[in-house]
Amino acid sequence: MHPLLAAPEFEWAPLLLGVLHVALVGAFFGLPAGIFIWAERKVSARIQDRLGPTRTGGRFGWLQSAADGAKLIQKEDLAPKAADQFLFKLAPYIVVVASFSAFMFLPFADGWAAVDSDVGLFMMLAMLSLEVIGVILAGWSSASKWALFGAIREAAQMVSYEIPMAICSLVPIVLLGTLNLNEIVQIQAGDWQGGFPPMFNWMIFHPVAGPAFICYFVCATASCKRAPFDLAEAESELVAGFLTEYSGMRWSFFFLAEYASMYAVSGIAAILFLGGWDDGLGIHSWLKNLGWGGALAANLFGAVVLMKKASVLVFLQIWVRWTLPRLRIDQVMTTCLKYLIPIACTLFLAAVVYPLILVSATGRPMILPLEATGERVGHPSANDRIWHGAEAETASLSEGDE
Amino acid sequence: MWDWIESAFSLWESGLFWLFAVVACGGAVSVVISQNVVRMALGLIVSLSSVSALFFMMSADFVGATQLMVYVGGTIVLVIFGVMLTSSSKLVKIKASPADGALAAGIGVLFLATIAFTVGSVESWKASANPETRGYNYVEGGPATGNTLRPLAMSFVGLRPDAPGRSGYLLPFEIVSVHLLVVLVGAAYLARAKRRVPTDSQQQS
Repeated sequence: MHPLLAAPEFEWAPLLLGVLHVALVGAFFGLPAGIFIWAERKVSARIQDRLGPTRTGGRFGWLQSAADGAKLIQKEDLAPKAADQFLFKLAPYIVVVASFSAFMFLPFADGWAAVDSDVGLFMMLAMLSLEVIGVILAGWSSASKWALFGAIREAAQMVSYEIPMAICSLVPIVLLGTLNLNEIVQIQAGDWQGGFPPMFNWMIFHPVAGPAFICYFVCATASCKRAPFDLAEAESELVAGFLTEYSGMRWSFFFLAEYASMYAVSGIAAILFLGGWDDGLGIHSWLKNLGWGGALAANLFGAVVLMKKASVLVFLQIWVRWTLPRLRIDQVMTTCLKYLIPIACTLFLAAVVYPLILVSATGRPMILPLEATGERVGHPSANDRIWHGAEAETASLSEGDE
Repeated sequence: MWDWIESAFSLWESGLFWLFAVVACGGAVSVVISQNVVRMALGLIVSLSSVSALFFMMSADFVGATQLMVYVGGTIVLVIFGVMLTSSSKLVKIKASPADGALAAGIGVLFLATIAFTVGSVESWKASANPETRGYNYVEGGPATGNTLRPLAMSFVGLRPDAPGRSGYLLPFEIVSVHLLVVLVGAAYLARAKRRVPTDSQQQS
């Protein structure tokens, strides 16, 4: 927080900032979700040799999501007679709130996060894992066997896939030495060195973190209950799974949350492995050093870069959904427990051992002739009072872990 | 007019505290009052999430996030077991006799009184306003704000930048991790597929 805002006459400023942040994050939560719903229809149509929406809003049907939204708002808000009315009506809100809260910790550009927390990644994963509560409540309260089957499948899948997902996201954390999403990107950013673009600082080019990215992406796809892991919905077996009894706006809330959390896990992947808002060619750092207004331009450019990266990953998830057939529940469990968890644990062990071996063999933690990592820009908001008088200790520690 | 708005906004922090405190207590009460197992679990989730919100308000990000991940996430598993054990008869209500209720209420009130009395009697917790009777855990400049993760993590590996010379929490941390590992191994042992014990006829053939 700016020191001016800490003055007593600006005591209300944090509340105002909070409202502003929530409004901004709300826009970045809702709009991409609408665009991805349109993209899903277009991409699936092209993969199946169809045209998809072509009429609503001009040539490419780009207003299709808005038209769908208008239609769904007008529908009657139904709840089955046998359902637990209160929980049935509450469940969609839990899903949307959990997915939305994750965005509070996602930095869209350097320092552009609603909550810049030292436990940002942990918080995002914790928030995203709350989504399953809404799904289970929806499935149980519908008083329908299909819905209950879907909910129990989702619960089993979510509880198992969270483990390899968390371990895989620990790999770059161990290598970079911070849980703060902002710092993770700052370390991956850099300048041209010896003919190598700064892209090679990204974790995906690291021999251990590269495979971890693939493992993370599989788990993230499963945690968004996307095909080939969409057993909770499974429209060819369970009617529509946990969504069977829902209609209208409450039904669309589940989809809004699904596409938003696809975007959230892709954003985490982009930040952890793909360098976040760093473009990989040094344009961001060049803009940043332009002087007056350069930092703002760099941040706007960085936000576009980050959203591009996340959108490409969302497109990958859509592509996978329309290409691969759905797995059976036992195959889903086998994939997780017998393959993904051992792979994730091995990668985690490798991430701990690899830098030690490399340092003892070559004296450097990397193979490429680059500087080890980008610069870690300190946090002015970090707890200065506690650190006062302990700088020497900190300096020796941060030298050790970089 | 502007003064009024300003004073109203300056109360937002204590207002949020009261909101979350009331919701936490309300959730806990609804766990006891509700007769439906899934609604009970929802009450538990509401109560535990509000407690984690209170942690966030005190800048204890890590504890709050852990509260969400471990307790709220653990409640999901509780819901699954609740659903699995009662799914065939979901409208069965859990009822207790009035005598049981009175007994439970009495014990609960006694327990609450014990905790309240104990908290009130710890000198170092209530004396921070008075410099004469400050306890050993008084921190100059008020409670911590901002990002508190790094000092916390450092004290877990045995370094105390906030209190030089005092020992960290490396040993308790290691004991707890070994304990959790033992629990994991035990759970895996109990849950694993049992090997069939070969019967006599199989051994002969």
